[in-house]
Amino acid sequence: MKKVILILSVLAFVACGGDKKESKEKESSKTEKAEKKTEGGRKKNSKGIGPVTELKLPETIDESMAAEGKKVFDAKCTACHKPDKKYIGPAPKGVTKRRSPEWIMNMILNPEEMLEKDPIAKQLYRDNNGAVMANQDLTKEEARQVLEYFRTLE
Amino acid sequence: MKQLLAKLLVLSTTVALLVSCGSKDNVAPRGTDNVVSDAASKTYVKPGEYDEFYAFLSGGFSGQLSVYGLPSGRLLKVIPTFSVDPEKGYGFNEETKPMLETSVGFVPWDDAHHPELSQTNGETDGRWIFINGNNTPRIARIDLGTFETTEIIEIPNSGGNHSSPFTTENTEYVVAGTRFSVPIPQEDIAISEYKGKFKGALSFISVDKDSGDMGLAFQVLMPGFDYDLAHSGKGKSHGWTFFTTYNTEESNTLMEVGASQNDKDFIAAINWKKAEEYIAQGKFKEVPANYVNNEYSDETHSAVTKRLNKVKVLDPVECPGLVYFLPTPKSPHGVDVDPSGEYIVGNGKLSADLTVHSFTKVLDAIENKKFEGEAYGIPVLKMEDILAGIVKEPGLGPLHTEFDGRGNAYTTFFISSEVVKWKLGTWEVIDRQPTYYSVGHLMIPGGDSAKPDGKYLVAMNKITKDRYLPTGPEMNHSAQLYDISGEKMKLLLDFPTIGEPHYAQGIAASKIKSKKIYKLEENKHPYVAKTEADAKVVREGKDVHVYMTSIRSHFAPDNIEGIKVGDNVYFHVTNLEQDWDVPHGFAVMKARNAELLIMPGQTETLLWRPQEPGIYPMYCTDFCSALHQEMQGYVRVSPAGSNTELKWSVGEVDEE
Repeated sequence: MKKVILILSVLAFVACGGDKKESKEKESSKTEKAEKKTEGGRKKNSKGIGPVTELKLPETIDESMAAEGKKVFDAKCTACHKPDKKYIGPAPKGVTKRRSPEWIMNMILNPEEMLEKDPIAKQLYRDNNGAVMANQDLTKEEARQVLEYFRTLE
Repeated sequence: MKQLLAKLLVLSTTVALLVSCGSKDNVAPRGTDNVVSDAASKTYVKPGEYDEFYAFLSGGFSGQLSVYGLPSGRLLKVIPTFSVDPEKGYGFNEETKPMLETSVGFVPWDDAHHPELSQTNGETDGRWIFINGNNTPRIARIDLGTFETTEIIEIPNSGGNHSSPFTTENTEYVVAGTRFSVPIPQEDIAISEYKGKFKGALSFISVDKDSGDMGLAFQVLMPGFDYDLAHSGKGKSHGWTFFTTYNTEESNTLMEVGASQNDKDFIAAINWKKAEEYIAQGKFKEVPANYVNNEYSDETHSAVTKRLNKVKVLDPVECPGLVYFLPTPKSPHGVDVDPSGEYIVGNGKLSADLTVHSFTKVLDAIENKKFEGEAYGIPVLKMEDILAGIVKEPGLGPLHTEFDGRGNAYTTFFISSEVVKWKLGTWEVIDRQPTYYSVGHLMIPGGDSAKPDGKYLVAMNKITKDRYLPTGPEMNHSAQLYDISGEKMKLLLDFPTIGEPHYAQGIAASKIKSKKIYKLEENKHPYVAKTEADAKVVREGKDVHVYMTSIRSHFAPDNIEGIKVGDNVYFHVTNLEQDWDVPHGFAVMKARNAELLIMPGQTETLLWRPQEPGIYPMYCTDFCSALHQEMQGYVRVSPAGSNTELKWSVGEVDEE
C-alpha cells in the first residue's frame, strides 16, 4: 500500500510539473498573438532596448555621413547582410520604413539584450532560423552612420 | 552446511570490514583537521562574481603557464608558452611556429619554472609576466592584456636556465643564470676537465620600458658552480642581483654527494649598475653566440624570428667591484630579498638554520675591504661581518621565503613539509603549519616585491599522494591556500595544478587590464580577409592560399574545388567577429596538425597537405552559436596533375 501511495504521489508531482510547463507555453503564445495584432503601429514606434532612447532624423539625408556608414557596413556587417536581399539576416533595404531609428541603432549596439528581451528582435531571431545578430563592437557614432546609409537604401 | 555457510559469511564480512578499515587508514589524507571551520566561506566566490587576485602558476614540465583565481582556486586559463598546445593551435599554426624556433631549430617543449611579474618602483604593475625555459635556455614574456606569449629570447652560453627570470625594481632587466656550468664557448672536451674549464654565465636581459622588447644586454662569466636561484635587490639594494650557488666543489659526478661537501657555498652579489658602467667604458668582450629572439605582433598576428650572433661578456676579474661572494650555509636554494631591500635570506637547504644577510653590512664590508679571501679572483666577504641574523633550527630543508609586508617572512621546508612564519629582525618563529606534502615554492601576491599583498599564501607541493581521488600512479601536483591575515596561518583550500608548479606570482585583479577583442581594422596580417568580399583562393604553383573568413555561423568560402594531391594548402582564417569571447575554431579532415582557434579580429593559418583525392569536410571546432553544427564546408581534392578548375564560393546554389 505504501508503495502505491508513493507511486501515486510521484505521478502527481510529474503531472504538476507538466501542467505548469503547458500553462507557460499557453501564456507565451498568447503574448505572441497580442504582439501580432498590434504589429504595424507598434513595430514602427518601438525604440527597442539600449543606449539610444531618442533620435529625431533630419528631413534630408547627410550624404557624407551615409558614405561613412557604407564603409562601416561593408567592413563589419556584410558577412551576414546584403543591402537589398536576405542573406544570413534580413536586408537593411527599407528597414527605416519598418523600424524606428532608435530601434535600428539599439539592434546594432545592444544585440544580446535585444535578442533576449525585445519582442521584435525575438521574432526576427525565429524568422531567421536562429542566426544571432552579432555584436560587432561599433561605436555609437558608427551605428549612427550606418543608420544614415540605410536611409539611402529606400 | 547452511551453518557453515553462515559462519563463512560472517567471517568473510569481518575480514572485509577489517581490510576496508585498514586500507582506509592507509589512504585517508592526513591533516584534514587542519582546515579551519570557516574555510568554505573564505574561499567561496559566488557564481558570477570575480576573484580578488590572479595567480600565475608555472606549468613546470608542461612548459606552460596557468592562471588561477584566488581565493577560489578556479583555473581560468592555461597560457601556451614553451610547449606546443593543440587546443589553441600554438606551435601548430604558421603564425606561432616561429615562437618555438631556437638556434637548433623548432623545439616543441620546455620545462618552465619561475613566473615573474613586471614591476615599477618595486611594485607589480600588471603589464607583463616573464617565465624561464629551463632545458633549452630561454625566457618568455607574456602580455597581460592578451594573456598570450608575445616574446621568447634564447639565452646563449647557458647550460640550463634555472636562476631566472627574476626582475629588477623597474624591470630594467630580467636575469638568466645558468644552473649547469658548461665550457664557454662550447667545446668537445673530457667531462673530467670540469674544474677550471667549465663556466657559468649570468645573463642580464634588458626590457624596453614601453614595448617590453627583450634584448641580451650582457653576460657575467662566473666560475663553474651551479647557479640555482636569484632575486634582485630593491629599495636600498636596488642595482644589485643575488644568485645562490651550489656545487662550489665543482664536482661532475654523483653530485648528491659531490656537491654537498662544503659547509658553505656562496650567494653571488652582482652590482649590475657597475656592469652598466663597465659596458659604457667598453670593458667587455664581444664573443660569438648563436641565439634567437622571437616576437609576436598583435597587428600582424604573427611571430618573427630574429637570429643574433654576438654577446657582450664581462669578466669579474677584469671588472673590480662587479661581483662579491657572500658565504652562506649550505647549498642555498632560494635567495629572497625582503620588501625593504635590507635582508637577503639564504635558504640553505642542507643547513640546520636560515641565514639572513644585511645589505647595509655587505656594503660596509665591501667599503672597508673586509674580505676573507677570493675565489677565482672574486672577493669573498666574511660571513660574520655581513650576517643580520639566524633563524635557529626552524625546520628541515628550507627552500624559499616570501614576505607579507608586515615584517614577517614565510619559509617553506621541503623535508618537514611545512611553512614556517618568522619575524624579520628578531628572527623568532611565530607559527608553523603543515603542508601536504613536500612543499617547494610558496607565493604571496607581491611577496617578492616591495609591496606585498599579505592576505593569502599559496604553498606548492611536490607530492600529492592521498589528497584527491586516486587517478592511477600519477596524481596532479597540488597547491594549498592559506589565510595569512592573522597571527596564525589558516589552511583554506587544496587545488590541483598543471604540470609541476615551481614558482608562482599573484597580483590584485584590479591591476590587470584584459583586452576583449582584436580590432579588425588594425589587423595587418599579410593574408587577412577583412570582409567576405575579400575571401578568395589563390594558387601559386603547389602552394594554395585560402583567404577565408568566419562569423556566426559560416565560413567564406565554404565550397572549394580544384585542390590537388601534393598541394600545400594554407587556410588563412580571419575571425570577423568583434565581440568578446567569440572565437571560432577551424579543422579540416585528416590534417596532420592541430586545429586553429581564432580570436575575434585575428587571422591564423593552418597548413594542410591532402594525400588522397576525395571530398574533405571542414568545420568550426568551438561551439559558437545555435547554428554551430551548421558551420561547415567542403574541399574537393583531385588527383595530382588533374585539371579540375580552381573555384570557390559561399551561398551560391547551383540551379542547373
